[in-house]
Amino acid sequence: MIYLDHAATTPVAKEVLKAMEPYFSQMYGNASSLHSPGQEARKAMEEARESVAKLINADPDEIVFTSGGTESDNLAINGAGFHVFARFRKEGKKPHIITSRIEHPAILETCRHLEGIGFEVTYLKVDKEGMVDPKELEKAIKKTTILASIMHANNEIGTIEPIGEIAKVCRKHLVLFHTDAVQTFGKLPIDVKKLGIDLLSASGHKLYGPKGVGCLYVRRGVKLAPQAHGGGHEKGIRSGTENIAGIVGFGKACELAMGDMKKESSRLENLRKRLVREVLKMPNSRLNGHPTKRLPGNANFTFDFIEGESLLLRLDSRGIAASTGSACSTKKLAPSHVLTAIGLKVEETHGSLRLTLGRQTKGKDIDFTIKAIREEVEALRKMSPLKR
Amino acid sequence: MANGLYSERVMKHFRKPHNLGKMKDPDGVGKIGNRRCGDVMWIYIRVKANRIADIRFQTLGCAAAIASSSILTDMAKGKSLEGAIKITSKGLAGELGGLPPVKLHCSVLAADALAEAIYDYYKRRKKPVPKGLQKRHDTLKERGESH
Repeated sequence: MIYLDHAATTPVAKEVLKAMEPYFSQMYGNASSLHSPGQEARKAMEEARESVAKLINADPDEIVFTSGGTESDNLAINGAGFHVFARFRKEGKKPHIITSRIEHPAILETCRHLEGIGFEVTYLKVDKEGMVDPKELEKAIKKTTILASIMHANNEIGTIEPIGEIAKVCRKHLVLFHTDAVQTFGKLPIDVKKLGIDLLSASGHKLYGPKGVGCLYVRRGVKLAPQAHGGGHEKGIRSGTENIAGIVGFGKACELAMGDMKKESSRLENLRKRLVREVLKMPNSRLNGHPTKRLPGNANFTFDFIEGESLLLRLDSRGIAASTGSACSTKKLAPSHVLTAIGLKVEETHGSLRLTLGRQTKGKDIDFTIKAIREEVEALRKMSPLKR
Repeated sequence: MANGLYSERVMKHFRKPHNLGKMKDPDGVGKIGNRRCGDVMWIYIRVKANRIADIRFQTLGCAAAIASSSILTDMAKGKSLEGAIKITSKGLAGELGGLPPVKLHCSVLAADALAEAIYDYYKRRKKPVPKGLQKRHDTLKERGESH
């Protein structure tokens, strides 16, 4: 199988699996226990915390372990929101949050939920390449704005947002800035101090770590209302016995990413450029997202006169795993909110195909994929009654 | 091989569709669906002695749409026009070993496309259109599904 869906998830690296193994039935202690097995677990967890923090130039005590990207996003938005909600309500005001139309559902649905209970949310438009304009964001800020959340890079079209500029705008107006960095964590250099980020979400399984673990970076001094009440784990923000094996795996994955990030991202970028160049030689095909400011391993195409789901399944039969933003591939039969936000017509979203490259993608895989896409798109266009 | 979403029969018809491609000088053509909602199906028929002597299709759509078109052509071939009109979406889905609930509309499109092709045949030959078929055509026109 040529796996080209690394934005969905990645395989656990063998070094990661090896690091995790002892923490299931040999070193199974609860990190809250005072005895040696407990302290052994705590030590492993704190070492992992250091590796995670180091990757984004944070301090270890600014890392809160969670169950993954979705929980981190919820914790950031709800945590910041409910920290001020009671005070705002007393004053008869609605806390205001700014986000974009192309955020992950973990952000958008959380915001919609908050709107329903008395928050105000602005969903910023993006340009046709998926870029958020920091000036537009600044214009949207009002006295009641408490938080802005803009993703570092989009999971579908790969566009990298100007989060440094956005963070500056937020700081100037004393608005908290959160970024969902699930797609960039361990793939692009991030320096939370230099960039001026207050909150940042990351997930383990997108960088060759296990599923079910992630973190929220919380800048020292930023106050969040706890979202899981209980024994006071993770500085009281996120109670619950820590997933030690997962956390150890996440830490190991960060260590590995730190070592090969630079080399790997330029390797992926070269492979992606070749893929895009060759695929776009086909007539009636386009690249979605920004041509250069995009995730190194992300390519997102639109092919006219075909259905993305059919292309995906035909590629799957040839041993290539890809993804599509076509409505036909979803339970709700709704087209991708990202593709429609960048101005694609509904009929254009049907023919979309996303390929996301990763560590095990080789040059020969890309050559095979280029050939397969050409042949399968051609075959499907031959089936189509519409003009070619 | 079945995949998580689709039955083995759907995948078989999707991978190797039967009666695929345009027909030269057909006796009737049914054009159904629109690109906005997703699927576009064209069904071509050749009629001899009131029977569907040959049938072909062209479809732009998902695996369920392509498989529904393909199974439709298998089921319709050789049938009398009266018999062919009676092919239902339920019958198509059944022959395919079932379709996921969100994909049932694909089988509806296929059954409607055949009805439209037969309607087109009656019109071309200036023959009286059966009442039920006329009504079905009018409804499809109204909904903007027929072209």
